[in-house]
Amino acid sequence: MTTAGLTPLALIAELTHRCPLHCVYCSNPQELEHRAGELSTEVWSRVFREAAEAGVLQADLTGGEPLARPDLVDLVRAARGSGLYVNLITSGLPLDEARLDTLVCEGLDHLQLSFQGAEEAAANEICGTNAHAQKLRVLGWLKERAVAVTLNFVIHRRNIDRVEDMLALAESSGAGRIEFANVQYYGWALANRESLLPSREQLDRCVEFLKRAQERLRGKIKIEFVVPDYYARYPKACMGGWGRKLMLIAPNGDALPCHAARVIPGLRFDNVKERSLREIWESSEAFQKFRGEEWMPEPCKSCDRREQDFGGCRCQALLLTGDAAATDPVCSLAPQRSKVDAILAAVNGAAAKSSANLGWIYRPNPT
Amino acid sequence: MTPEPNSYPRLALGCRLNEKTQQPRVLHMPERALRLNGPSLEIIERCDGSHTVQNIVSELQQIYSKAEPQKVEQDILGYLTLLHDQRALDFVSGAAADKSREAK
Repeated sequence: MTTAGLTPLALIAELTHRCPLHCVYCSNPQELEHRAGELSTEVWSRVFREAAEAGVLQADLTGGEPLARPDLVDLVRAARGSGLYVNLITSGLPLDEARLDTLVCEGLDHLQLSFQGAEEAAANEICGTNAHAQKLRVLGWLKERAVAVTLNFVIHRRNIDRVEDMLALAESSGAGRIEFANVQYYGWALANRESLLPSREQLDRCVEFLKRAQERLRGKIKIEFVVPDYYARYPKACMGGWGRKLMLIAPNGDALPCHAARVIPGLRFDNVKERSLREIWESSEAFQKFRGEEWMPEPCKSCDRREQDFGGCRCQALLLTGDAAATDPVCSLAPQRSKVDAILAAVNGAAAKSSANLGWIYRPNPT
Repeated sequence: MTPEPNSYPRLALGCRLNEKTQQPRVLHMPERALRLNGPSLEIIERCDGSHTVQNIVSELQQIYSKAEPQKVEQDILGYLTLLHDQRALDFVSGAAADKSREAK
């Protein structure tokens, strides 16, 4: 299909896969890029210019840990100088006050600080290192300087009963936004799914609590909540629809329609070192593959919701059914919904509730 | 909530207009952006902490003098409330604004 009327609105710039954290639900692919394969400052700067020209409004600088790039200040300056809104998605780990001041001075608009929980030992277990205390320090620096910040808590079976503590931490921090994002099951998270997926009871309690909190804090703190889609009736509009709103640039320059797209066999990605961003957006095979409705099977093809959820998530379809073009199996109308129900039955069974931790698979830090 | 007529709306932390030279004009907010047309841009350009809600209403009533003044006011108050609930606006109270001016 043509891209008429479609503009990429945000550029997700995965600057590096290097990261001092080892989170058990990391959204990076299992084959991590090494430092030697990362794009240079110059290429990234050109990508930001091309992005702004193509209509992109916001750059999300992420990783890995973007602070692992020694040239991060130059990248922030380049992105802001191109006219983009600059958002840094970070663990806050290799940050000090001087570097924070420089980043803000060069035009950083907003920072998303990730937390693994509100309780130090439990949070450190999830990221496989002692990170929590530094995150609290960073939060203090952000408050002192009145830097716009979103706190991001990734929610799962082990911490979902503690959302109250997380909200209290956020309320005391002066943050304007809080995200409670349930783990989505790709890559590292999929490998740890049995230890991460919450029970229905846990989820219901959490939803109820956050609904009341949203009401109480309206106009003060914006609370975003992402449910684990295994429990949803209809799939999420993954990435706002394939190739409709977002572009992700991997550390080596490959342009991907989403974080997990590499799991789909046979998908060919174009690289920003060889083609312009606009060319890639308009004609890259990977972006064209599931754009629009031509690829859709039934029941999506004739479904009233197809322009709301775009058939759900292609990577999830692949991971759970073996076919990237299948209806997202989390959909209650999907022919293969029984696969998701079986997973939920196991998690909600009496045995699962009392089970001990199965042991984590941590993501490594590439050199 | 309805905004106080004497309060000063100001873009919240992390929210800003893009540059005048950029098209289309948008209000950047963390994680999203709002495309602005004529009246919404006129309103947001005045949310700079130096116009009261009342100032904004009267200035827009002048610009859109063909529209029903009461309708203009309602639309503005509705829009400001929406932006406030989205955490894009703070309302600085008249007293607080006077104080900060004195301090300068």
